[in-house]
Amino acid sequence: MHPVLKLITQRIALGILLLLAASVLIFVGTQILPGDVAQAILGQSATPLAVANLRKAMGLNDPAYVRYFHWLFAAMHGDLGHSLTNGADVATDMTGRMLNTLFLAGTAAVIAVPTAILLGLIAVRYQGRWPDKVITGVTLATVSVPEFLLGYILMFFFAVKFRVAPSVAMINESMSLGAKLHAIMLPVAVMVLVVLGHMMRMTRAAILNVMQSAYIETAELKGVRPFLVIFRHAFPNAISPVVNVVMINLAYLVVGVVVVEVVFVYPGMGQYLVDHVAKRDVPVVQACGLVFAAVYILLNMLADVISILANPRLRHPK
Amino acid sequence: MRRIPLSALLGLFITGLYFFVAIFAPLIAPYGMGDVVGGVWESSSAHFWLGTDSIGRDLLTRMIYGGRTTIFIATVATLLSFSVGATMGFTAAVVGGWVDQGLSRFIDLVMAIPSLIFALVVLSVMPVTVTTLILVMGLLDSTRVFRLSRAIAVDITVMDYVEAARLRGEGQIWIIFREILPNALSPLVAEMGMRFIFMVLFISTLSFLGLGVQPPLADWGGIVKENKEGIVYGITAALYPAIAIATLAISVNLVADWILNRTTSLKGGR
Amino acid sequence: MLLEIRNLQIGATVHPPGEPSRDIVIVDGVSLTLEKGRVLGLIGESGAGKSTIGLSPMAYGRGGVRITGGEILLNGRDIRKAGPAGLRDLRGREVTYVAQSAAAAFNPAKKLMEQVIETTLLHGLASRSEAEARAIKLFGKLGLPNPETIGNRFPHQVSGGQLQRVMTAMALCPQPELVIFDEPTTALDVTTQIEVLAAIKEAIRDTGVAALYITHDLAVVAQVSDEIMVLRSGKMVEYGPVQQIIEAPREEYTRALVSVRSIEHEEKTPVGEPVLAVKGITARYRGTHFDVLKRVTVDLRPGQTLAVVGESGSGKSTLARVITGLLPPRAGTIRFAGRTLSADLAGRSKDDLRELQMIYQMADVAMNPRHTVGTIIGRPLEFYFGLTGEAKRKRVQELLDEIEMGAGFIDRYPAELSGGQKQRVCIARALAAKPKLIICDEVTSALDPLVADGILKLLLSLQKREGVAYLFITHDLATVKAIADSIAVMYRGEVVRYGTKSDVLAPPFDDYTDLLLSSVPEMKIGWLEEVIAHRKMESAGN
Repeated sequence: MHPVLKLITQRIALGILLLLAASVLIFVGTQILPGDVAQAILGQSATPLAVANLRKAMGLNDPAYVRYFHWLFAAMHGDLGHSLTNGADVATDMTGRMLNTLFLAGTAAVIAVPTAILLGLIAVRYQGRWPDKVITGVTLATVSVPEFLLGYILMFFFAVKFRVAPSVAMINESMSLGAKLHAIMLPVAVMVLVVLGHMMRMTRAAILNVMQSAYIETAELKGVRPFLVIFRHAFPNAISPVVNVVMINLAYLVVGVVVVEVVFVYPGMGQYLVDHVAKRDVPVVQACGLVFAAVYILLNMLADVISILANPRLRHPK
Repeated sequence: MRRIPLSALLGLFITGLYFFVAIFAPLIAPYGMGDVVGGVWESSSAHFWLGTDSIGRDLLTRMIYGGRTTIFIATVATLLSFSVGATMGFTAAVVGGWVDQGLSRFIDLVMAIPSLIFALVVLSVMPVTVTTLILVMGLLDSTRVFRLSRAIAVDITVMDYVEAARLRGEGQIWIIFREILPNALSPLVAEMGMRFIFMVLFISTLSFLGLGVQPPLADWGGIVKENKEGIVYGITAALYPAIAIATLAISVNLVADWILNRTTSLKGGR
Repeated sequence: MLLEIRNLQIGATVHPPGEPSRDIVIVDGVSLTLEKGRVLGLIGESGAGKSTIGLSPMAYGRGGVRITGGEILLNGRDIRKAGPAGLRDLRGREVTYVAQSAAAAFNPAKKLMEQVIETTLLHGLASRSEAEARAIKLFGKLGLPNPETIGNRFPHQVSGGQLQRVMTAMALCPQPELVIFDEPTTALDVTTQIEVLAAIKEAIRDTGVAALYITHDLAVVAQVSDEIMVLRSGKMVEYGPVQQIIEAPREEYTRALVSVRSIEHEEKTPVGEPVLAVKGITARYRGTHFDVLKRVTVDLRPGQTLAVVGESGSGKSTLARVITGLLPPRAGTIRFAGRTLSADLAGRSKDDLRELQMIYQMADVAMNPRHTVGTIIGRPLEFYFGLTGEAKRKRVQELLDEIEMGAGFIDRYPAELSGGQKQRVCIARALAAKPKLIICDEVTSALDPLVADGILKLLLSLQKREGVAYLFITHDLATVKAIADSIAVMYRGEVVRYGTKSDVLAPPFDDYTDLLLSSVPEMKIGWLEEVIAHRKMESAGN
């Protein structure tokens, strides 16, 4: 087998293993409460009968590993259980919200990724001069404020003071794409700002690192123009670090989306998760946790696969 | 003694000020933490410098007490994260072999799940108290400290001077405390600053989501949550924590940068 | 006149962390001329400014270095007035460059041919097919295997010696008027170095290009240059025809450079019980499947020096790891001072450890940067002999005197010492343990020749006084001649020749020892041609 193929197969197998282990961890995470989960969920004032009923509903009378495997096999068949609070099927509830979340995060990514790479390249080209300093300074400010506060700051100015954007991001299926995009303007802006800062700084660092290599000096001594030096000699070698940067930040979006959805009351996965954590609705929390972890692991895996593919030493072995 | 650069001095001053206010909050705050002293969302005046909040408490008082809670939780969680993470990281690097493999793979696993999501999962079944919050935040974050301290220690253990100490017959204690630690300390201290900022953001986010510090205790994230409805009426009460968090974050950053720079110069500028 | 440099001044701004930036002078008032088709050698120790001067005909400064004064006339026009577009036009067309480490100087993501012809295409000097034909011809001329197809390879698929030849082809492909060679053979193994040097010399002669040849090794530059300029701390020391510089140097400093490596050491006859007896050692690293050492057997007598010679990959450093206990062997025994040593470090007594000390190649990473010289030398005194306080300080002082360093050094940090001083402190640390044997692992290879000479003289005088034995690991035969009593030549994990110095260095030779011996550049004009003509075997690095 070609070494690249072997490495990629190994990496994918590792990803699947990691996902399985993460499911165990999430399951264990909801079982570590000292004492009785059902009692804790219902509170001290609950009647013994109610507690016993809940115990039964949650299958708490079985040993933990049996419950884990029940949960895992059901989840693999698309059955994520039923909500404790309203008895609704979690998988059905989640599908629509997941699409909404993907729409929001996807829009943010489509804007943020090219902008960040472009800004990173500009900062490298004018390293140490004013474009670099402006870009680095502004992004330092945006990464020093938590997402939810950035959300309210934007809301205060753009929704309340200037009235150019809606303050809440309500969307439903009957809306046109344009109307939907208008509705999610502010949450997208928040996520772009937060991710842009990190991504641009990391891209800048990755390309600068490549620019310090001896072969860049070789190119300069050949009389190659600065733009061509970056494009022809630095960029091919920067692909793998830049892809890594992009993936890390997309994974970061996955987490950022939770908070941003709550700020703008957006009907997505994050809002759903936070609501049910407060209600101590364990099946919903487990299901959401699993989905978020899966996306996160998948993105990291993708980053590794791409950097394996981009490495000339692996693609053309001796 | 070298001259401290202006930026670091400013950072030290502001960070110190925040800690001072946090420690002496009861003496500094103009009113009691939970006292309702005015109308709803009054604008700033001689009595209420920052105005009042959603139920008429003095906002400056809430901010001061809020800072106390936020900084206290962030500090203790950072200390926990460092003592657990660094101990495990150094042990993994120096002992090596199975201990290293086991610890490293376990940490990889925990880090495969985003911290916020993991925290939410755990908090959905745990009673939300200050102790739980510190434990959950500190332990989750110790994974990052573990990776850093292990990486630093591994870099140092392959140095010839550590090998020379081994060949001399020195024990593990001497090697960890006299050969490795003095060289690892500065990046670790700088990282401690970064982790502290992260903790401030983390606890604020949790409180904002309603899963962190519980009322009537004040904290910066909670102040945003309590006053967020005011935003649509043009009330800025929910935005003050933004200023507090951002200035604290930037000043700690400045100090951390300085520490990192100062120590690289000791190695002869390399 | 192709190149004329008048009163060149080069400076740089340094930014020491935590201190205000300041300007420093790197090159001060250097003038030179170079005619078409001639080769000028620039020689000096590290910090002499030779690379900086070498890059000046391309008006290029590394990391904040800039030309601050003087004139650089290329074909009569001052290139300092050329401007960015003019410089780009000149670089790669009129002047090209060959870097020290070709492995780093090639873009790892592009095929060799792409990179070799890039300049030619960029400046519109030839069509793609013409350029490729030119490159293939040059590959052949430089002695590369499969000149037709080697261009389709990526840099990592080609050996170091070959890459250096490809880099030379890359510099010659646009048919420039001047090529700058910046230590082109320094990073290569000794036996490879000579072959690449010969290929470069032939290519220069055949194409009739002018060259600036930069190196720290006078013997090397004597083989390729018509004229030589000796530099020290950014200033010119001596400038003249190669014959005069080598055979009748005028300046004291040049004389020192010419006579470097001429330490005379009388061989001692092997008497007494061996202090170290290595028998049948076979070893491999964990997780690998081949033996790095194969049945190695050598002896070393008290107070004498055994030199272990070989190129990279010969297993000589692994032998040191086995003897110190860092790598337990798969087979074989080590007897030391009359007792059998435990194979691994954990099983050795404190006396075993004390009597067997080690000195490393890189003195700066062999000392903890956070410890003072006093702590570094004092720790073995405390650890092995329980000395503390005033007694310890007094002994440290004595040791500092022995390594010819003054009282002021005891409270300094390693970063405040020069390269030679650092290595001396490492020697003192080893001596502090009162060892019977010191393993010296390439202890002079990272140092400038004159400094290295000082270290060797110190080691010899210490041996005479303290009666300590050395196991001296090196790739440099000149060092071996200066210091050894007996020699073991290693090749691919095996000892291929072993005996007293006079026996090993006297013919008849086996093929490898012949190759190795013939690879030591001699301070003699015309030596290179003689050697290449008499070779029996090719270097493995090609």
